[in-house]
Amino acid sequence: MSTATAPRTGTAQLATFWLDGDLYGVEVEHVQEVLRAQKLTRVPLAPPAVAGLINLRGQVVTAIELRERLGRPARAADAESVVIVVRMHGEAVSFLVDGIADVVHVDAADFEQPPDTLDGRARELILGAYKLDGRLLLALDVSRAVAA
Amino acid sequence: MDGLDDIVEDFLVESHENLDQLDRDLVALEQDPGSRERLSSIFRTIHTIKGTSGFLAFGKLEQVAHVGENMLSKLRDGVLELTPHRTDALLAMVDTVRELLGSIETAGGEGAVDVTRAVELITAAMDDEPAPAAEPAAAEPVVAEVVAEVVEAPVVVPAPVAVAPVPVPAAAPVPAPAPAAEDEQAPRRAVADSTIRVDVDLLDALMQLVGELVLTRNQIVQYVSRQTDTDLVRAGQRLNLIASELQEGVMKTRMQPIDHIWSKLPRVVRDLGQQCGKSVRLAMEGNETELDKTLLEAVKDPLTHLVRNSVDHGIETPEARRAAGKPAEGVLSLRARHESGQVVVEVIDDGAGIDPARIGESAVRKGLVTPDALARMATADVLQLIFAPGFSTAAAVTNVSGRGVGMDVVKTNIEAIGGTIEIESEPGTGTCTRLRIPLTLAIVPALTVECAGDRYAIPQVSLQELVSLDAEKAAAAVEEIGGAQVYRLRGELLPLVRLADVFGLSSDRHDGHVVIAVLRSEGRRFGLVVDRVINTEEIVVKAVGAQLKSIGLYSGATVLGDGTVALILDVQALARRALRAETVERAEQRTAASVAAATARAGAERQRMLLASIGGGRRVAIPLDTVTRLEQIRTASVERVGSREVVQYRGAILPIVRLDRHLGATSSYGYDEPAPETLEVIVYADRDRSVAIVVEEILDIIDDSEAKHSDIDDMGLLGSAVFGDKVTELLDVRAAILAADPGFYAFDTAAGSPARDDLMVV
Repeated sequence: MSTATAPRTGTAQLATFWLDGDLYGVEVEHVQEVLRAQKLTRVPLAPPAVAGLINLRGQVVTAIELRERLGRPARAADAESVVIVVRMHGEAVSFLVDGIADVVHVDAADFEQPPDTLDGRARELILGAYKLDGRLLLALDVSRAVAA
Repeated sequence: MDGLDDIVEDFLVESHENLDQLDRDLVALEQDPGSRERLSSIFRTIHTIKGTSGFLAFGKLEQVAHVGENMLSKLRDGVLELTPHRTDALLAMVDTVRELLGSIETAGGEGAVDVTRAVELITAAMDDEPAPAAEPAAAEPVVAEVVAEVVEAPVVVPAPVAVAPVPVPAAAPVPAPAPAAEDEQAPRRAVADSTIRVDVDLLDALMQLVGELVLTRNQIVQYVSRQTDTDLVRAGQRLNLIASELQEGVMKTRMQPIDHIWSKLPRVVRDLGQQCGKSVRLAMEGNETELDKTLLEAVKDPLTHLVRNSVDHGIETPEARRAAGKPAEGVLSLRARHESGQVVVEVIDDGAGIDPARIGESAVRKGLVTPDALARMATADVLQLIFAPGFSTAAAVTNVSGRGVGMDVVKTNIEAIGGTIEIESEPGTGTCTRLRIPLTLAIVPALTVECAGDRYAIPQVSLQELVSLDAEKAAAAVEEIGGAQVYRLRGELLPLVRLADVFGLSSDRHDGHVVIAVLRSEGRRFGLVVDRVINTEEIVVKAVGAQLKSIGLYSGATVLGDGTVALILDVQALARRALRAETVERAEQRTAASVAAATARAGAERQRMLLASIGGGRRVAIPLDTVTRLEQIRTASVERVGSREVVQYRGAILPIVRLDRHLGATSSYGYDEPAPETLEVIVYADRDRSVAIVVEEILDIIDDSEAKHSDIDDMGLLGSAVFGDKVTELLDVRAAILAADPGFYAFDTAAGSPARDDLMVV
């Protein structure tokens, strides 16, 4: 799946979001919907990245705290998260992120391997970076990111 | 159609469908003669028809199908090649089969349908040289002659084959059956029309939707209960009712009688019996008991295995039986029944029983248990070793049982569908294996509890009882043995597992109260300490993602009435995880005596009673199965309607009966004293009506097995009994309820459960 997500040629559309000051993107095809903060049911003994379970119109969906998954510091207690629901292998999973941004057209020509400065944990989950005007857009490997 | 019995009818419907498929398959096969898959499918269809017709004694049908099968098996195995005229022969066979089926349906028998021609056709087509079709066989006269009869080959066949020169006499055989088949179209639909085949996936999807509807209904009902608009309330109640009926209806569509999987067993037993030189009679009870199709499928193999086991290992040879003073013929009974929302299936044999000593010895030899541990185990627990992975009872592995599926697999399979399995055996007299299977997987009754601020659901299947201890009692009753907490439950030590500790969370219950859910898993009991018991509700089971499955503590999740997600606890996993090996052994040791005692009196009818105090030192026992729920209500929420007290509860008006007043006890709090802030209430519900019975305090739940009864005929009582050295009055539930709600049984003309409850108390 990760190879499918890796852009080679042409353009792609990425739904972008903010996380700890960085801009990330996932391919729009994977994104089912974006919701504002949801009530989470805590799951004791779950891996730390599992933030809990949310009720998505009667469906139970696991929420993954992307900050934890990417080894970033936890979100400020008073900051509300945004929920991005993605669909992988027919199963809905959701990510908690800081804020949603635009859908961006990216060109494979602007793509580069992950910068060497990325630390180990994030490195596994980042496919690479698109050089946008004035900033980098980090492409998230959705299928790896959901495997919390 | 009335004259046809069910089996024949099923056979007809199925065969007609299969034949339609067969026509398509055969034609498609002609385009793609190499398709082994298609050939196999055709072969299977004909094979099935042959088998069933033989079983139903339709000789002609069997005869036709038999030759067809012969040819097909050769085609499938590549001995013969499919040529167009062979296809024709097969099609002719299909037509003949159809004609026969039509005759069976309309006339109830095979009638005068002539099958010889079809048989000859096929036989001839089979004898044909397996020459490649491409070779223009200027065939031997015999072949030509035969083939000639075989029909209008030229029409179908593009390639010139041997048949070409002699088309003339051909037309006869095939057209003849063809119109006949068409004639049969009309009546045949009669059978087909009355039933409809529905994709199980569609039913699953429906079930899913109904689940959602039930949840939404719960939410709306909760919301409506806070409204005053009567129209809205009425509409809400109607929605409530309809949703329940719909749920029931959809569940029914997935129900099938257990007979579907039992019907094959007589044969299995007979064959096995012969093979083992044993004479076995199979008795079946409750064939019509229905359960969910998916579950039925899941139970099929385990059940067959159990039956095989019983015949192979359980029932003795006639000689051994006679020597033991038993009739030469062994009896294997299958019993199925509904019991408290579950289906109970028992496999009982009157064979040699299981010798615990042999089981233990074998388990030690296989390293499943240490001799030390074995010595400390109770007999009942030793028997459970059968289910341990890597255990096989067969002294010698026979070719009958022990082929792949061991008892551990049986157990795993049963548990995978939320069922339980237990085994009882008496050496010399027989063995009983009991399966408890939920009615359906999608919606299960569960107890919701709270722990560290979150709610969790515990499937009722594993729940045995609830114990609530106040701080004072808890301090005395919860003891520690080597660091492990235990509670003395009616003299039996119950290992306690604190859910908060398992989760590594801190409980938010600091008042010293202890709420214990007594759970049973794999033949072991343990008490799960939770912060609070919320209530019981029907929950819709949702799968959880892979990330959570791997934790191994949750069997799923559900959405509660208020929209909150709650995790469903996997009681088995919890037990395995929380009860450390030594704790388990200790528990086994301690419970050994009582387990044995319990087994000994298992035959006696046992009734569980709820013990409550009503003030003035008086204690009342209420049959537990009449109790729907235990609640606390705020005294302030009690309202008056005329001379009666009521309370609003879950969107309904609940009449209240105060037991102390009803039975004339001196209340512990006088009328002038301030009433307590909350009332302990026992909710009794039947159909849509409920009443609340107020008691002073709920004390315990006990077994009514050894109590001494006497009949003191006082108003509102059925008698008294001695429970735990104290005289306890047996409440006449019906009278108490009538005191609260005289109309309660007004619609109960059929003398339903309440009447029965009365009887059970006496």
